[in-house]
Amino acid sequence: MKFEQRFIQVDGCNVNLRRGGRGEPLLFLHGASGAPVILPFMEKLAERFDVLVPEHPGYGQSDEPDWLDNIHDLAYFYLDFLKQLGLRNVTLMGNSMGGWVAMEIAVRDTSRLKSLVLVSPAGIRAPGVQPADIFLMPDEQLVRNLFHDQKLAEARLAVPVTPEAVDIALKNKHTTARLAWEPRLHDPFLPKWLHRVDVPVKIIWGKEDRILPVAFLDEYRRLLPKAEIHIVEGAGHLPHAEKPDLFVELVCK
Amino acid sequence: MQIVLFHLMPYADLDLEAGRGNGTVWLNLPNRNFDPEKGHRLYNRYLDELEYGETLGFDAVSVNEHHQTAYGLMPSPIVTASALARCTKNVKICILGSALPLRSHPLTVAEEHAMIDVITGGRLVSGFVRGIGAEYHTFGVNPTISHDRFHEAHDLIVRAWTEPGPFAFQGKHYNVTYVNLWPRPYQKPHPPIWIPSQGSKETIDWASHPDRRYTYLQTFSPAKVVERYLKMYRDTCRGYGYEAKDSQLGWAVPVYVGESDHKAREEAKPHFEAFRNVFVRMPLEMLLPPGYTSRESLKNVMQAKAQMFGDVTIDQATELGLFVCGSAATVRSALEKYWSDMRFGNLLVMCQFGTLPADLAGRNMERFARGVMPALKKL
Repeated sequence: MKFEQRFIQVDGCNVNLRRGGRGEPLLFLHGASGAPVILPFMEKLAERFDVLVPEHPGYGQSDEPDWLDNIHDLAYFYLDFLKQLGLRNVTLMGNSMGGWVAMEIAVRDTSRLKSLVLVSPAGIRAPGVQPADIFLMPDEQLVRNLFHDQKLAEARLAVPVTPEAVDIALKNKHTTARLAWEPRLHDPFLPKWLHRVDVPVKIIWGKEDRILPVAFLDEYRRLLPKAEIHIVEGAGHLPHAEKPDLFVELVCK
Repeated sequence: MQIVLFHLMPYADLDLEAGRGNGTVWLNLPNRNFDPEKGHRLYNRYLDELEYGETLGFDAVSVNEHHQTAYGLMPSPIVTASALARCTKNVKICILGSALPLRSHPLTVAEEHAMIDVITGGRLVSGFVRGIGAEYHTFGVNPTISHDRFHEAHDLIVRAWTEPGPFAFQGKHYNVTYVNLWPRPYQKPHPPIWIPSQGSKETIDWASHPDRRYTYLQTFSPAKVVERYLKMYRDTCRGYGYEAKDSQLGWAVPVYVGESDHKAREEAKPHFEAFRNVFVRMPLEMLLPPGYTSRESLKNVMQAKAQMFGDVTIDQATELGLFVCGSAATVRSALEKYWSDMRFGNLLVMCQFGTLPADLAGRNMERFARGVMPALKKL
């Protein structure tokens, strides 16, 4: 499936948007390391959906707008994005920080949403569960901790690092810190309003997640009691990248 | 030249193997490694050393702020400066500095510095810093807004010190309806402000601005780097249309004076190397969190990583001018040479470093004060 790439301007910010496939819209919100390329799971989803993969403001090739101070700004930005593109019945999917943004969007307004798919989402804290500190982790260790299958980590680490890639990695890390340094990768006030999410929620988590441990699910079971939960065996923090076939099956079923 | 006795108050009783094993003595070295009994003796010894600085004729004594580390035991330099305020009579007291962005509210800095200034009858020098990278983990202050908070906190403090209260302050980070400082500072218009830095163009542009003309201190850097940044400060002042006074420039450096060059090196070696290779050390991710520096500076550091993060011997450090060590004559001529190259009006000497014990630190201070300082003061 072919994805088109173009820049669109929303709230004065140029955003790099890749879009491909046919069907109802599915908006994928990436995590802290961005969405530099179209991954196999996106291609597979594009057989069933009109898949939109933007790079968030402050990430990748998108602008770094002055107004971007916190995660709430990003949520309002995406509400404007959905409106500007006239999208309805959207399957809103987010991984890690993107999952957090998806929840922040959904507690504000679900009128353009059909459902939420949260993939090892950040955004809340869970008593007694300690997430990894991505800001103290050397880059190589972070890549290793993202994957359960270390062959995938090796493959990621083997990709030659270009100066452009270094710049983008530093930009992504800067924006992640700006949005999620403290409280670390969560909003302590988000749980108060999760009851407002009135569309179906699916939560997918890698059983071997070393960034946000699967034990977070206990808290989601409490906060989103109607959510459908899937634990993916043999996957780490990126189950969509590590087990794309199974992942797409879970999304579509 | 004005000579300042500078102290970090390190946890000199540190189990160095524990520090090495942890990779750093900052942030996450478990605090079971701190023994309050030993801490009690160290604090009192270090305060004695600073008080002795007045007896020995130093122009000023200096404390500073660091958090959650064996590198320096002054999470609040206000506490040590307050103790010195009453135990000393004439010497200036420098707080170099208070880490403005790390404070929940900058008015607390304005108040506490003003108190010390009033208690001492105007002997306070106020230093403002951003705190080092690792300290952005201590209170969770977001490093990407560190510069912003620093500038806004500075503006609020200086206005609180100088403008008649009450007045309202509206900023992005701080909003106060009634700014009305009691006490107002003793010195007019306010205590001198010094800006310690590891070297950054942004800091130099800001500190040297004609509205401020703050004294810029280059801390713990190789002499060549100190020279480069002090020159950058002077050039920036010229760009602003004025000549920097020597008193606007300073250098902070560890110093050890022994009976002879050989004895100085022998005595200082294990303690300096513990300072440089255990107490100072931290991983890149801790030193430079995202946004703490510009991305360009961060990239430069990443490229120089091997060089910056490796061990340094006392001989390499002396060669680089990271450390000044030798007999009184050697140290005197080295510092005179550095002065003639750089013309700094303030020299901050750290006579205790790392694990250096009380007897050696005391003799170092005495030899420096008697054999080196008088010549430097005349410069």
